[in-house]
Amino acid sequence: MSRLRAIVAAFGALLASLAPLAEAGQTNVAVAANFTEPAKQIAALFKQKTGHDAILSFGASGPFLAQITHDAPFQVFLSADEDRPKAAIDAGLAVRQSLFTYAIGKLVLWSKVVDVTRGDEALKKAEFSKISIANPDGAPYGTAAIETMKALGVYDALKGKIVQGNSIAQAFQFVDTRNAEVGFVALSQLFGVTDGTRWEVPQSLYSPIRQGAVLLKKGENDEASKSFLEFLKGPEARGIVGKFGYGLD
Amino acid sequence: MSVFSLHIWPPVLLTIELATITTLLLLVIATPLAWWLARSRAWWKEVIAAVVSLPMVLPPTVLGFYLLVALGPDGPGGAIASLWGARTLAFTFTGLVIGSILASMPFVVQPIRNAFAAIGDRPLEVAATLRASPTRAFWTVALPLASPGLLSGAVLGFAHTVGEFGVILMIGGNIPGRTRVMSTAIFDFVETMQWREANILAGGMVVFAFAVILSMILIEKRVSRARA
Repeated sequence: MSRLRAIVAAFGALLASLAPLAEAGQTNVAVAANFTEPAKQIAALFKQKTGHDAILSFGASGPFLAQITHDAPFQVFLSADEDRPKAAIDAGLAVRQSLFTYAIGKLVLWSKVVDVTRGDEALKKAEFSKISIANPDGAPYGTAAIETMKALGVYDALKGKIVQGNSIAQAFQFVDTRNAEVGFVALSQLFGVTDGTRWEVPQSLYSPIRQGAVLLKKGENDEASKSFLEFLKGPEARGIVGKFGYGLD
Repeated sequence: MSVFSLHIWPPVLLTIELATITTLLLLVIATPLAWWLARSRAWWKEVIAAVVSLPMVLPPTVLGFYLLVALGPDGPGGAIASLWGARTLAFTFTGLVIGSILASMPFVVQPIRNAFAAIGDRPLEVAATLRASPTRAFWTVALPLASPGLLSGAVLGFAHTVGEFGVILMIGGNIPGRTRVMSTAIFDFVETMQWREANILAGGMVVFAFAVILSMILIEKRVSRARA
């Protein structure tokens, strides 16, 4: 019995010694999957400049919001849209004044199998069996893909060929492994990619993907979290964001 | 809104279809395999048994990863799919059946093998002295005696296929009516905060799992009583 108590006490002491470390200079950031690569570079630079660690989690925006409503330990939310950060604000889970657009996403049709340089024509010809998109219920790039197909009047014809990735990362992977011949991905994912052919979808075909960043209530009084958002607004971070092909306000 | 008007039923029906087809195919594949594992004296048979059991230990992501490659245009699955002009078996119902067979195989082979092993040599020797051919002895003696094991295997295989999630998430593509099964539908409902739908399906799964475990216990009990 006393040994058990000693173990519990030792464990408690261990946890107590870890807690200050966790608090000092660390922020947990939920990052929309399309922003994976730029976020990694920004976090590395952020660490260099401030000494703070940004711990990044990647996924689809919708699921992140569901997790945040269930008390997920995130301090910052980089969504792929503005609706979900706003929903977090309305639910009292995020700080209203902190919301800003950190990037404007660009949708691209990409293929390693068929020629999609004239994407609108390729979509009309539909010489492919599978077209990969992100799940529109949880990922704004999926919604934009559906909008694009509807705007081109090809949605009904292509509906049966759509496969959905759980996030834009999986949608990309399906095209990359050539399991789907074509797919709608984020321009940022094609940074440094030379394979295949691509068609940057004209902005007129889908509503702008304004990606909102917001400080969550869990990070309201946290130095590292606040400075991460400030850093994201700064010129160095914006340089990285622009480099990956995003639009900026 | 009535429970029946919700869009939860297509994944339920698809799941039942997938689990039924997988279980039937598994019984056909696993029974001879289990027979061989139970009767063979080959030194390397445990190596095969270990390979068959791998999916019990491996994370579904490992299986999902290899399947995605194997079913894809560069793998054997792509070659098979090209027979009917398709490029890949990923995102197809056939692909899910192949994945489910591999993932559920150990859960079917193990109980059948145990049942065959429990028969021992004696009944088969008796059958041989009565001039039954080995094939006939298998059908008329071994199989009936092992039937509780076959039943256990079928129930476990069916249940495990219903519960399969990781593999399907990785190779399914979430296509309504074709690859969107119950477990992935629940995942989607939760992720998009459709709690009502998630609740109904998840609650149904709990009831189903309970029924499976209870029936397994009852089969077990009946067998041991019959032996006693």
